[in-house]
Amino acid sequence: MADPMRIRAKAEGNIATVRVLMSHEMESGQRKDSAGKLIAAWHINEVSATHNGKVILTADWGPAVSKNPFLQFNIKGAKAGDKVGVTWKDNKGDSRTDEATVS
Amino acid sequence: MQTRRETLKHSAIVAGLLATTGLFPQYAFAYNKTAFEAKSVADVLKALGAGAPVESKDVVIGGPDIAENGAVVPLTASTALPGVKHILLLVEKNPAALIALFNVTDSVDANFATRAKMGQSSDVYAVAIMNDGKALFAKKEVKVTLGGCGG
Repeated sequence: MADPMRIRAKAEGNIATVRVLMSHEMESGQRKDSAGKLIAAWHINEVSATHNGKVILTADWGPAVSKNPFLQFNIKGAKAGDKVGVTWKDNKGDSRTDEATVS
Repeated sequence: MQTRRETLKHSAIVAGLLATTGLFPQYAFAYNKTAFEAKSVADVLKALGAGAPVESKDVVIGGPDIAENGAVVPLTASTALPGVKHILLLVEKNPAALIALFNVTDSVDANFATRAKMGQSSDVYAVAIMNDGKALFAKKEVKVTLGGCGG
């Protein structure tokens, strides 16, 4: 199981800014190891976010998102105390979900 | 004739599709592998079924002018236009142009920030695909002093 994500969600007025830091290797599939063989791609390819349990954002990612990916987005109509959840799934079928509270 | 390499590639694609549909049936559409394997900006938009892109002032791309480390290039894409369906981030000269695709809903702003890997100096694009299939883009040149895709 992968390490937990760090999620910060801050409400300002009617909008909550969510910043997520995921822990993932994000191997691009372009690099070679010391023996000259290609290292297989291993990256997050699906991300989804929920606001109080409702899916508000899905994203598809390629291998070119950097290692330990960062994502920032804004939720409309969110207020302090709301729950924000983020889920990722990688191309090996591993996945992780974490939740945070809007402050 | 089908080579062994092609056969392997096809079975990998099928396996990928099965994993996507089997484990996460709640997603509206499956991971678009064609789009993520497309080499050029035009091919990506074609794979997603979008029209010819038009440059627009309403789409904003943000990023550094010079990135010291191509492995971590902060990029932002946003638009204030209503009726946005997808926001795309693309790097023209990467092995595969498409970095990330965001499916916008009414509950989120069409404003995303993430970090990308860049193999070399290149134009980066933010593309907004509207509900009517129109594609609007903004581009910016980012110079990379140390590539992030090589090994």
